[in-house]
Amino acid sequence: MRYAMAIDTKKCVGCSDCVVACQTENNVPHGYCRDWVVEAMDGSYPNLELEIRSERCNHCDNSPCVRCCPTGASHYEAGGIVTVTHNECIGCGACIESCPYDARYSHPDGYVDKCTFCMHRVVKGEKPACVSVCPTNCMYFGDLDDPSSDVSKALKNRKYKTLAPEAGTKPHIFYLT
Amino acid sequence: MKEEIFVSGRHIPNIDPYLHIWHWQIPVYLFLGGLAAGILFFAALYTILGKEKEMPTTVKWATFLVPVALVLGLFALFLDLKHQLFFWRLYTTVRIESPMSWGAWVLMLITPLSMVWVATYIKELIPNWDWKFEILKKFEKLAIEYRKSMAWVLLILSVILGIYTGILLSAFNARPLWNTSILGPLFLVSGMSTGAATIMWMSKDHFERTLMSKIDLILIGIELFFIVHLFMGFMASSEVQIQAADLFLGGQFTVSFWVFVVLLGLVFPAVLEILELRGYKIPVAIPAFLILFGGLMFRFIMVEAGQITRYLY
Repeated sequence: MRYAMAIDTKKCVGCSDCVVACQTENNVPHGYCRDWVVEAMDGSYPNLELEIRSERCNHCDNSPCVRCCPTGASHYEAGGIVTVTHNECIGCGACIESCPYDARYSHPDGYVDKCTFCMHRVVKGEKPACVSVCPTNCMYFGDLDDPSSDVSKALKNRKYKTLAPEAGTKPHIFYLT
Repeated sequence: MKEEIFVSGRHIPNIDPYLHIWHWQIPVYLFLGGLAAGILFFAALYTILGKEKEMPTTVKWATFLVPVALVLGLFALFLDLKHQLFFWRLYTTVRIESPMSWGAWVLMLITPLSMVWVATYIKELIPNWDWKFEILKKFEKLAIEYRKSMAWVLLILSVILGIYTGILLSAFNARPLWNTSILGPLFLVSGMSTGAATIMWMSKDHFERTLMSKIDLILIGIELFFIVHLFMGFMASSEVQIQAADLFLGGQFTVSFWVFVVLLGLVFPAVLEILELRGYKIPVAIPAFLILFGGLMFRFIMVEAGQITRYLY
């Protein structure tokens, strides 16, 4: 089992609903966020290309944050979800430095926090909060090893990319382009 | 043109707009750790070579600074932690993949060992020192007996400690400025140079001071070569590392790096040391202080600048 997410950059309108849903679902402290929306403009007028991406932790296969954690607080859960055990985290910041996506932050309570793919929902068979609220249905979540999962089906017929593949992290968030 | 903006809004403390999760504590620790490693390396080396008589400052007096530097450094590291009550978690696991983990273990070994080392010389520093307890007296006798073996262990641990201060940073692939394998050797040499400068500053013996000054000159030469090598590597690398080098070649760290680290911290003290070796009267405090100052600045700049550099996508 390998959990992954595919996000359709052609369907995303950048409404930030995913961001608010995550903050509400996961009680993210005020001023912090586990996911965010980026608007990338490329080209020169009048040939401009706009890409809207909802970004979050990539739950990488080869996670630098898990590798550099001195206590093992950052670890892989079943299905490749990368999470932090709060009472093992010493707040040294190494994982924050190691993330090419700047997806982690230091929680005001001291430990390091990040997207968990809404593990508490996923284990019950539900979708992550961000996916479940998306008004344009541009996010697909599921098991990469299961050909009938939403994410596998989404990746089957479309071109896609990952962010900073040159970082060697093997991300599990795919952007349909 | 390519422009990326956060449309959902994102201004997480210490992450946006630039990563700044490591503050003054880390460079201060890197400096103190490198200094301690440098002093211990020379103390262990000259003990193994059997030069205790000729090099009293190197082998004995300067090492009294080491436990102080290490404890202060460890305290700075502790201050850097955001979840401080859980710091003991470092010592419930060994994670070879994580430089910070084995660095913490090396510190756990070298700090008490440096204290034992100093304890074996305390009677020579304070003649009427009394251990009070019989067991401590016995322990001292034992430690003095095994001084040479201790020196071998310290020699190895000090090199690991010195190189670790660089590897701690170079292991982060996400920060292109740090992600170069030359950083470990560079920090090691720089730490040894600060150690040599401290010994040189403390020493009252002409032979010892001249020798440390010569060693320091060689170390400065190696350090300058490594710095050139560092930038050559960056310029021949990918875009992210070219941009990292640009911070120092016209960017915001150009003046602070080339003036304070390279000119005042390396070249100028080297010139003063050469002049002194040629027989000119120059107070040893000036080159020694400049080297220590340059070493501290170097670590501050590398930690600050490294956090600005990142992947582009």
